[in-house]
Amino acid sequence: MSFLEAKHLTKHFGGLTAVGNVSLKVEQGEIFGLIGPNGAGKTTLFNLISSFHIPTSGQVFFKGRNITGIKTHKICKLGICRTFQVVRPLRRMTVLDNVIAAAFSRTNSKARAYDLAMETMEFCGLLHRKDALAGGLPIGERKRLEITRAMATRPELLLLDETAAGLNPTESELAIKLIKKIRDRGVTIIIVEHNMKIIMTISDRIHAISFGQSIAEGTPQEVSCNPAVIEAYLGEEYDQCLT
Amino acid sequence: MKKYLPLILLILLIIFPLIGRDDYHRHLMILVLMWVVIGTGWNIIAGCTGQVSFGASAFFGVGAYTAGLFSFKLGLSPWWGLAVSGLVCMALAFPFGWISFRLRGPYFALVTLALGEILRHIATVWESLTGGMVGILIVQTYVSKVPYYYMVLALAILSVVGVKVIMGTKWGYYFLSIREDQDAAESLGINTQFYKMLSLNISAFITGMVGALYMVYMGFIDPKVVFSLHDISIMAILVGIVGGVGTIYGPVVGAFIMVGLQEFFRTGFFGLFKWLGAVTDAQAVKVAAKYVSEAHVLGFGILVVLVILYLPNGIVGDWGKIIGAFIPRRKKEVQR
Ligand SMILES: Nc1ncnc2c1ncn2[C@@H]1O[C@H](COP(=O)(O)OP(=O)(O)OP(=O)(O)O)[C@@H](O)[C@H]1O
Ligand SMILES: [Mg+2]
Repeated sequence: MSFLEAKHLTKHFGGLTAVGNVSLKVEQGEIFGLIGPNGAGKTTLFNLISSFHIPTSGQVFFKGRNITGIKTHKICKLGICRTFQVVRPLRRMTVLDNVIAAAFSRTNSKARAYDLAMETMEFCGLLHRKDALAGGLPIGERKRLEITRAMATRPELLLLDETAAGLNPTESELAIKLIKKIRDRGVTIIIVEHNMKIIMTISDRIHAISFGQSIAEGTPQEVSCNPAVIEAYLGEEYDQCLT
Repeated sequence: MKKYLPLILLILLIIFPLIGRDDYHRHLMILVLMWVVIGTGWNIIAGCTGQVSFGASAFFGVGAYTAGLFSFKLGLSPWWGLAVSGLVCMALAFPFGWISFRLRGPYFALVTLALGEILRHIATVWESLTGGMVGILIVQTYVSKVPYYYMVLALAILSVVGVKVIMGTKWGYYFLSIREDQDAAESLGINTQFYKMLSLNISAFITGMVGALYMVYMGFIDPKVVFSLHDISIMAILVGIVGGVGTIYGPVVGAFIMVGLQEFFRTGFFGLFKWLGAVTDAQAVKVAAKYVSEAHVLGFGILVVLVILYLPNGIVGDWGKIIGAFIPRRKKEVQR
């Protein structure tokens, strides 16, 4: 039994097949990379796993349980939390209040939620901004807030959708460190990322999709040398392949 | 200082009947306190939870008719109606919210508007139950206004303090999260449908109670008055906007200002126009005096435009800005 398993997931939007018959298995404790060109269906796949969309066909299993089509808010209680590619801060609330709101998914007590929030902000390195309004943060910190908020729900599986996009090199370095730290806490991570340096260094395994179809899966090494991936996504000039 | 303002206001309100000894001022204060409750009811669902509502009149009217019908139809004391009015309004809010919270933003606002209007028509047409346009007349229990004053004051305190307490708990955080971003809220495990229902029911409960209180106090209601779109629903929004959307004390400040402004116009600038007319004996002034008493809507319009332009967060929300407009100047003077 895999930790998370998607079986033949398909999602149509009108005539468009955003995700077509994608199957994948994610094991507990790994960092699972998801790559593919723009519009390949990565975000849609996240939306299917996190029940934001109901699949046209196919199922999602989490720890052996069929979670296909359950209410969106119940996903969080099960231990799955996702971040948004286009960040969604609760703008007119402070960073602290954003994180407290998330922490309330694990407790009804304000004091406990506060402690949980403070601990999570410390862990994610956002404590110094706790009193800032979320809507006023620069993009780097907004992305970090997305992760912090998700972590405050104490997930077992974290879905990160391009959390390093738009970050400068120092910030991406910090993001990589944070993601590794989260994994070391025992959280399983599925990550979508266009930055090859990041995805190739942190992923244990990578799954590549194009036009909604799976085209390859394997270690970073294997995937980066896969001709279909090179053609659809990486391009001929990508010469990190070591074979 | 700012911390003690609510406490000072509370003490003033409690001793008010000793100061304002005439019925006119007591009546005005009762209206203000009623608007504190209606405004707070609007604020919890619209200001804090972000589901803009034009439905205050629906719950106000149903509350008022509950009290009225207890006496008019059942021959019971209208006070029993007051006791259950909040629950009756929740019984309405439940199915209504269940269906209409599938809609978001302006679409939700439109169905709340429709709800009030539909109920107004029902109350008008269903003559055998409600007496139709003629309305309901009941005998008031007290001659003095003081008992009513303290009842509505108690309800106002309960509403404001209740909302203040709620906003510090999980419910409050969830309401604000829903207002800011429903999708993000769902991803954080918030059952948005449930918490929107909760917020609407709290709002319906207190608005219904104050509607029933209006019935027992005034002794007379008709569909045009208690289901009024612009005198109740829109006025509730104005109280919220002027005072400060999503702030605890906003509706308190808004209620004082809006009732004050309404009275200012209704009395022709506190009799100024009448006095001018008598002094100058000019026909034009007399005509103006007649119209100005009906021009309060114009006054509201101008006020709202000014508030939205200069204090978009309302008087309470932009309190710092208002103070700031005075303080820096003072500091400069000190430096000189
Ligand atoms: N809600 C929707 N309604 C209709 N079409 C959609 C919807 N969401 C996504 N699509 C379409 O589905 C396809 C896949 O989109 P998706 O956002 O999943 O791609 P992606 O792999 O995340 O791309 P990117 O790297 O640009 O983020 C696109 O063609 C997109 O236009
Ligand atoms: Mg995407």
